[in-house]
Amino acid sequence: MTLSLLFEQLLNGLQLGTMLFLMASGLTLVFGVMGLINLAHGSFYMTGAFVTAWVTGTTGNFWVGLLAGTLAAAAVGALVEFAVIRRLYQRDHLDQVLATFALILIFSEGTRWLYGSSPLWLNVPQSLAGSVRLPFGVEYPLYRLAIIGMGVLIAIGLYLLISRTRLGMRIRAGENDREMIGALGVDISTLYTLVFALGAGLAGLAGATIGALQSVQVGMGEPVLILAFVVIVIGGIGSIKGALVGALLVGLVDTLGRVLLPDLFKLFMEASAASGVGAAIASMLIYILMAIILIFKPNGLFAVKH
Amino acid sequence: MTQSHTLTATGLARTTRFRLDREGWISLSLLLILVVGATVAYLAGERFFVNLASRMVIIALAGVGLNLALGFGGMVSFGHAAYFGLGGYVAGIGAFHAFDMTPALGIPFLPNGSDQMIPLWLTAIALCGLLAYGIGRLSLGTSGVYFIMITLAFAQMIYYFAISWPTYGGEDGLPIYIRNQLWGLNTNNSLVFFFLCFGLLVLALSFCHRLLGSRFGAALTMARLNPIRLATSGVEPRPIKLMAFVISGMITGLAGALFADLNGFVGTSMLDWHRSGEIMVIVILGGVGRLYGPVAGAMLFVAMEFWLGGLTEYWQFFLGLVLLAVVLFARGGVFGLLAGRSRHE
Repeated sequence: MTLSLLFEQLLNGLQLGTMLFLMASGLTLVFGVMGLINLAHGSFYMTGAFVTAWVTGTTGNFWVGLLAGTLAAAAVGALVEFAVIRRLYQRDHLDQVLATFALILIFSEGTRWLYGSSPLWLNVPQSLAGSVRLPFGVEYPLYRLAIIGMGVLIAIGLYLLISRTRLGMRIRAGENDREMIGALGVDISTLYTLVFALGAGLAGLAGATIGALQSVQVGMGEPVLILAFVVIVIGGIGSIKGALVGALLVGLVDTLGRVLLPDLFKLFMEASAASGVGAAIASMLIYILMAIILIFKPNGLFAVKH
Repeated sequence: MTQSHTLTATGLARTTRFRLDREGWISLSLLLILVVGATVAYLAGERFFVNLASRMVIIALAGVGLNLALGFGGMVSFGHAAYFGLGGYVAGIGAFHAFDMTPALGIPFLPNGSDQMIPLWLTAIALCGLLAYGIGRLSLGTSGVYFIMITLAFAQMIYYFAISWPTYGGEDGLPIYIRNQLWGLNTNNSLVFFFLCFGLLVLALSFCHRLLGSRFGAALTMARLNPIRLATSGVEPRPIKLMAFVISGMITGLAGALFADLNGFVGTSMLDWHRSGEIMVIVILGGVGRLYGPVAGAMLFVAMEFWLGGLTEYWQFFLGLVLLAVVLFARGGVFGLLAGRSRHE
């Protein structure tokens, strides 16, 4: 294991972590403010990626596509909130899980109907296509670095939005006492739609940027969704800070585990068995991490009191 | 408040003694439809429809398992695919080693694999019980959304483990070349296999019926409705819930073993989180907390899968719409529509 490989994987872990943060922050906001568990969050991720790939293909400009994808995801989110989700706030979690599971089926099959089963391709934009030389002799793709940078900017932006603006104040108030801010004259249903659209937009942005690294296909949101669940469970559901810490933790543990574990097992097993067992354990590592954290902190690292 | 809870618990104990009210008649006719349907299809030489009926029965069995945790225990497990898949893999791996004449899991001290259903079923039930005990032990410390997500995450853990373990096919799955055997019965005969599955379903239903009518059932109902009151009357709620969760996993695991034998194949699709969702959908479609709800749900689900799947490739789109409509507008499911609201809703 060379230092440069380790450094590269560290960056990859950070990049996965930033993506997970974009997904998890929306999920955790929606849960914190509306008390809603939303399985269909991965569908907004997919929507963002498909619209970006489609618009980029038509206009030839990635940035127009990215903007369109993010806005489309936010718009679809607002629409879904208006049509379905707002009927679920008063229901129990079981109903929410089922209704949003139904939404996943509708979104996934609907997208397959519209675009077909074969994946769409989305290329990294020209201006970010190269790679840069970093310390330890690492050549790292510029696009992935840009994703990390974007994640940092969005984390700061979200922090400012929530702690410094009027909308943020209302969101925080909504987390503390829903009935009270309604009674104080805040239009609560518009606030809910806004928060939901914000979360959907962030998920769409994540899907759009990842779409350029992987193929854009139906069902692409589901593995990310489940990872995002692990993130918010680790971080404490409803806590943005928890989502950030959880996302980085999961991103790093998952990426580094896949690289390091097979080598670790090689120390005391024969090579082929070690890589098999190592890979199997590595794929379970974040769930093991989650289990351990929950044994000691049943409500996550940054538990939110309701 | 407290008095009404006492009434609910004793009321449940009384109604679960089998009296043929409207719900009872519907339940009985569902079972009759299955038996008559399968037999007629067999006599007409339509093997496909016999297998379709077997599929309904097996999926209903998985739902009966989940219903015990979800409907009666109030534990919204989103990870029952783990038990369903584990049961399936027990049947698959047993047959694999029996075919190869090698010891189970390739570990020299273990007995050879088996192609006999009884030991495979018992192994599946035992292992699923152990797994459910472990997962339940860790997850029941939490509640609400945490419980949903943690059960989901543990099921995903098993899923990824199965994918990355190459001995038993990994992502490609594991075929069962010859259906496992039961004494002198010809299990390859579709009707014989149907009645095997049906017998197990009836057994599981009557077991759950007895269980829910017992003191344990009353405690479980109370653990769902008002755990604090249960605790003040001297019964710790958590072990009761854990026990129900373990039994629930065992029943679903048995269904998984049957499902693998029905398809002659076990793969990671049995462990997929969509499968967990599907089992949950079956329970809800039929009616949560109704003993025979999963039977109705499974029949409806498989029929829809067959009928809509024949009409369009995108049948899950319509399944989604139906499910959404049921959740938003018809919360009691099939039983809620046909037999009215349940007494303890």
